[in-house]
Amino acid sequence: MIGASLPRKEDPRLLRGLGCFGDDVDAAGQLYARIVRSPVAHGRITNIDVSRVRGNGITAIVTAEDLPDLHRIPVRLTVEGPDLSGYLQPVLAAGTVRYAGEPLAVVVGEDSYACEDAADELDVDIEELPPALDAQTAPQAAELTRAYGDPGAAFRQAAHVTEITVTIGRHSGVPLEPRCLLAVPAGGDLHIYGMTKVPVYNRDLLARMLNVDQHSIHVHPVDAGGGFGIRGEFYPEDFLIPWLAKTMNRPVKWTEDRAENLVAANHSRQQHHTVRAAFDGKGHLTALTDHVIQDNGAYCRTHGISVAELTIAMLPGPYRIPAYRGHASIRLTNKTPCGTYRAPGRYEGTTAREHLMDVAADQLGIDRVELRRRNLLTKADMPHRRPISTLGTDLVLDTGDYPALLEAAVREADRLGYRAPDDSTRTRHGFGLAMFVEKSGLGPRETADVTITEAGHVVISAGGTTLGQGIETVLAQIAADALGAPAANITVITGDTDKQPFGTGSWASRSTVVGGSAVHEAALAVRQEALSHAAKALEAAEQDLEIVNGEVVVRGSASGVGCADGPAARVSLAEIARTAEGGLSARRTFEVDHMTYPYGVHAAAVSVDEDTGAVTVLRYLVAYEVGRAVNPMLVEGQLRGGVAQGIGGALLEEFGYDADGQPQSVSFMDYRMPTAAEIPRIDILLTQEHPSPGNPLGVMGAGEGGINAVGAAIANAVRDALGRPGPIASLPLTPATVRTQNP
Amino acid sequence: MHPVTLTVNGKPHELTVEARRTLADMLRHDLGYTGTHLGCEHGICGACTVLLDGVPVRACLVFGVQADGAEVRTVEGLAGENDELSDLQQAFSDHHALQCGFCTPGFLMLAEAYLAEPEAKTMTEQEARELTASNLCRCTGYQGIVDAILATARERERARGRGRT
Repeated sequence: MIGASLPRKEDPRLLRGLGCFGDDVDAAGQLYARIVRSPVAHGRITNIDVSRVRGNGITAIVTAEDLPDLHRIPVRLTVEGPDLSGYLQPVLAAGTVRYAGEPLAVVVGEDSYACEDAADELDVDIEELPPALDAQTAPQAAELTRAYGDPGAAFRQAAHVTEITVTIGRHSGVPLEPRCLLAVPAGGDLHIYGMTKVPVYNRDLLARMLNVDQHSIHVHPVDAGGGFGIRGEFYPEDFLIPWLAKTMNRPVKWTEDRAENLVAANHSRQQHHTVRAAFDGKGHLTALTDHVIQDNGAYCRTHGISVAELTIAMLPGPYRIPAYRGHASIRLTNKTPCGTYRAPGRYEGTTAREHLMDVAADQLGIDRVELRRRNLLTKADMPHRRPISTLGTDLVLDTGDYPALLEAAVREADRLGYRAPDDSTRTRHGFGLAMFVEKSGLGPRETADVTITEAGHVVISAGGTTLGQGIETVLAQIAADALGAPAANITVITGDTDKQPFGTGSWASRSTVVGGSAVHEAALAVRQEALSHAAKALEAAEQDLEIVNGEVVVRGSASGVGCADGPAARVSLAEIARTAEGGLSARRTFEVDHMTYPYGVHAAAVSVDEDTGAVTVLRYLVAYEVGRAVNPMLVEGQLRGGVAQGIGGALLEEFGYDADGQPQSVSFMDYRMPTAAEIPRIDILLTQEHPSPGNPLGVMGAGEGGINAVGAAIANAVRDALGRPGPIASLPLTPATVRTQNP
Repeated sequence: MHPVTLTVNGKPHELTVEARRTLADMLRHDLGYTGTHLGCEHGICGACTVLLDGVPVRACLVFGVQADGAEVRTVEGLAGENDELSDLQQAFSDHHALQCGFCTPGFLMLAEAYLAEPEAKTMTEQEARELTASNLCRCTGYQGIVDAILATARERERARGRGRT
């Protein structure tokens, strides 16, 4: 079962329109909520006049004054050191608004259209203040450093130094389904529909904020229309909607619209890098430094400063770097607050580092691939411990053969004709390559319950959540492998805090690695229990038994028929579940101290129209080492989807602001996500040659390897096409940007 | 409030709606066809695509009252009599054309209408890609969707060829 591209368990319901997304759920007697958001970037609230909009089916209008406490949403992913308590977002703005889109009030009523009308009519007086919009001059919330060795000495002794600046535009995951939440009070408890990603964490936090017992809150599973880091974090609405339902003792439903989503849900990525490398006379890196200025928007949300931390911790990538210093300054601006977006910090850092490598190679007169080859860590270096930490774990590159994958990727790109000559005078072709290390399998733990029902069905209660990644299929395959039961006969329950109260959630490319290992161990425990029962029933030794298609049989008894008066030769798992005391079930928690680090190479072939500056991606290759692919079709799907999002960030997508801090990207007409017309057929070279030593399955994560190096590969390809000696990495490379880079 | 009479997937419905109520909200919240999804409510993403008298429309840009007297088809109407997936739905699964599945109903209805057109018989990959570019998908990178639509067009044409001989 592991290794087979089985059809997805999620598909039949989704293809029939029978998925259950957040807005598909209704409760009898529900009220609708509409958030009133700040129309300005920065100002003092002088008055909110609710008198004019009462009545007309409007049940309540709530402002910060109506809340029992002014709750601020704490950081979930803490980084040791900086105190962020002064920068946390309140659930409703009180006194000051700090970005256009910040929640000011909630209108609750019987009809969703009427609530929207009322929200528009609410009189809000705000005395505007000048907004901070440029991170270079904006106030700093925190700074942090990850460093080892003596970069200063290395730069003093360097034979060659290359320094470039790289900027990454503000963009984000933008899942196609907007956020939604339904909170239903019943018998003193609260039932929540719409939470995902980290439902147990969110339940516990909500319980603390509401001052109720965590077990009185029940988060129910929903399908989620894409996660990408931004969906499922605890936002102001995740407090407001349940609080309203509890206070009013009525179900309350909230569904945001796209214009809200684009200013309210986490933005990401906006960074300015000054990255610098020292080389010896043979083109070997002797030191690397990066100074990162991150535009974090108006507050520190649940991700705190972890994006900046990941940026500087992962920046050294696949190379042997004797001395390193990464420094990040997190600045606060009057824009939507930022969080993680798929491959947070790596998309940004890989762009900076890999663009630097191309510029340095050209300056050194060394072939761009050769410069990388000279500096890559090798198989003999593994495991390679970098004396820095990230997300509270020591950074130990666990396994791999980086040079071999680089050679394979270059061979594949050449075989597919990526390095084609220019075909017309006004269109230039370029080839860009980038190498990266990804991270996956963040601990500290994940829990899974595997149960065989009395009907012989296998039920898994997993700690992760469905976000579109195919977790139900993957976990079923892992359990099927251990149990000898068909994957089709396995039900995977995710995102239900009653059925799996110990889940850590689906993020950081961790569910197959950590969640899958928990399922594997629980399924093996169930298998062992089944065999031990069967051994008694069949009067056979455990080691002579095997499980085939949901039945325990005596190995080698092909007919499976016992002697007429002797013991039976087979017993079904269902029968064992019926007779075993306490049923047939196991809970296992898989704990892991270190992440596992997959890696890859991206290659892009682009054409650049010299007149218009338009960049077309002609071909795109991802070579990726995943340790072991549970379902290769799904791994390839993850990689392709990541590339498409990466191309969006490299060429198209940006949250712009005008001089007053007014958001300029509030619809899909001005926030330009790629369509099928902008995404080429994507080539994949998937390798499974270096199983992860840190988990029993040998798997590594696949969620983020498709997007990690897209900004880098595209920037390198465009620079190659234009034949520029210096850097051009100011993403997104829109036609206007390309024209100014190539005057 | 205005009376509206329509059929959805062949089933007749009568209801009364506000003039401004969108067809998407009417289908989802008044009639329970929640397979039609709203991703942007301004006609770009196409997740809410349904067939109005056989023609694909963005249900977020059509008022419910405009569907008065119309035959509407939604994703819930694609599967066959025994609830078997249609060839197009099956092709989406075979080609891994969906991940989160939120945009999927819109792509299915868009393709369903196009595949009924005469030019679908000779559909090229480029044409399948251009059709796919009508809607947004955030998960798949589109390749599976293009492949699924193209495979369905070719398989239907092969079936027609077999029918003729």
